Amino acid sequence: MKIVACIKQVPDTEAEIKWDIPKGTLKRDGMDPITNPFDEFALEEALLTRENYDGDIIAISMGPEKANDVLRNALALTVNEVYRLTDDAFAGSDTYATAYVLAAAIKKIGDVDVVFCGKQSTDGNTGVVGAELAAILGYSQLTYVSKVRQFDAANKKVVVERAIEGGIEVVEAKLPAVISVIKGINEPRLPNLMGIRKASKIEIPAWNADDLGVDKSKLGYQSASTKVVEIAVPPPRGAGEILKGEIDDIANAITDKLIELKVIK
Amino acid sequence: MANDVWVYIEHKDGEFSPMSFELLGIGKGLADGLGSNVCAFVIGENIENITKEAFAYGASKVYTVEGSVFKGFRADAYAKASSFLLDKHKPEIALFRATSQGTDVSAASAANLGFGLCTDCIGLNVDGGQIKMTRAAFGGNYTITVVNEKAKPQIVTVRPKAFAMPEKDASKQGEIVKEAFSISEDDLNTKVLEFIKSEVTVNLVEADIIVSGGRGVGSDEGFKVLKELADILGGAVGASRAAVDSEWIPYEHQVGQTGKTVKPKIYIACGISGAIQHLAGMRTSDCIVAINKDPDAPIFKNATFGIVGDYKQLVPKIIEKFKTKLNR
Repeated sequence: MKIVACIKQVPDTEAEIKWDIPKGTLKRDGMDPITNPFDEFALEEALLTRENYDGDIIAISMGPEKANDVLRNALALTVNEVYRLTDDAFAGSDTYATAYVLAAAIKKIGDVDVVFCGKQSTDGNTGVVGAELAAILGYSQLTYVSKVRQFDAANKKVVVERAIEGGIEVVEAKLPAVISVIKGINEPRLPNLMGIRKASKIEIPAWNADDLGVDKSKLGYQSASTKVVEIAVPPPRGAGEILKGEIDDIANAITDKLIELKVIK
Repeated sequence: MANDVWVYIEHKDGEFSPMSFELLGIGKGLADGLGSNVCAFVIGENIENITKEAFAYGASKVYTVEGSVFKGFRADAYAKASSFLLDKHKPEIALFRATSQGTDVSAASAANLGFGLCTDCIGLNVDGGQIKMTRAAFGGNYTITVVNEKAKPQIVTVRPKAFAMPEKDASKQGEIVKEAFSISEDDLNTKVLEFIKSEVTVNLVEADIIVSGGRGVGSDEGFKVLKELADILGGAVGASRAAVDSEWIPYEHQVGQTGKTVKPKIYIACGISGAIQHLAGMRTSDCIVAINKDPDAPIFKNATFGIVGDYKQLVPKIIEKFKTKLNR
């Protein structure tokens, strides 16, 4: 099977945020990048799929030089090939442009059976790139996947479980498919020392807009459909009321206050 | 009308809840600001009841695509029908709930139409004829307000419960616009084999009351008393990442940056310190009650009511009081 894993470098949530106003994009330079936590599950699922069904894994990431770190980590985890998608024209791309570039790379890779990605990134938080990617490619759109039951590469089929509101939906889909995975689908492994040493020596190839044959007018900050008009810090919720006293009094007070809200039916 | 506000009505094989119609409330507000109408659009197999209900909740028109191929939700089928409707009628904006179904349909529709979308909005208003959309960014520590001058329709997902439910008036009626659109089964990629209802039926996103536990709960045993409180209040049980990673409770209960984003009317946080990753998922709750042994825990800065103490002593006492006061 030919397996693609889409991974993204995101700033560590603990890090200080620097905004590029008015573009409303994050200044990613100088931030400590980590692999998007959801993409670690995607990468692990790709590795498990290769172990169970054979094949090659190609990891791709769209981003500046820093994105090499997450691709190198993928190499240390023994993925077969990696490509970084990078071009000045990509900067400030919205979800559609991102999915469009990823789709172009997947087409260039060719004959792909399955694309794994994380449910969402922890920086953009949009959670729509996987679905957009599937729509652009015309692949099966399998989101919120909590378990891959079985691949049937010969008959080009896959059965997955989707964790949606109220339960688990079991879906059979045609391959190729884009599978976006949720936390808990597996337990991501860590690279071993040999893997890290090997990966450190590998040159990471880059594909730019021309390599991918993408239409630059659809990309980047200039073509994004939304324009940021304001970035604000939400007003603090305000110091709440601390309830003090004996446990019995506190319990009495808090239950009264909550009943007063008239929310409890 | 060309600047109408459209609301996607989600349902599951014809089953719906009042929440399916919640966006008709904010939709009406936007339409009033634009001087246009709020319309619903429904895709499905047997959707007559849903259509009727949409009028009751304020839709002035309902656009429908019906057919046996739309029995049961499938992202590709529904997104193709949705893109067809949006492309044909080009409303000003189309609102979807930021649920799994709303996200699936809106994202694929936007991609089919060739542009991006604005997700998980918590603020929407009309300013000088333009719709301003506000979403939380980066763990809820910032809000970003955007306008969309390029795409038509603008496609937006809205955080469930971010806006008030519309009033219901069963006597209201309106115009039904039936559109013919069909896809052959062969052109579709997926088939739903079965739906396994969750034993715990966690539906955090829809819950009005959530009782949540964190590292301070200390064990899976500890969650039993939280569950008891949630049951008495008709609420759901949530958890922080620390509690989920400790395997005291399954991931489907997780609230926060790598879990679910919730906006209940009451959120009771027990033994949760209030790391920004957790706050990202619940800070827009209406009323937050924090119970924590550490008086310096950041959760207290975000709590409506704070109690410094041990949940093990407090929660059973609170349960006892509720039982008496609510006759349960």
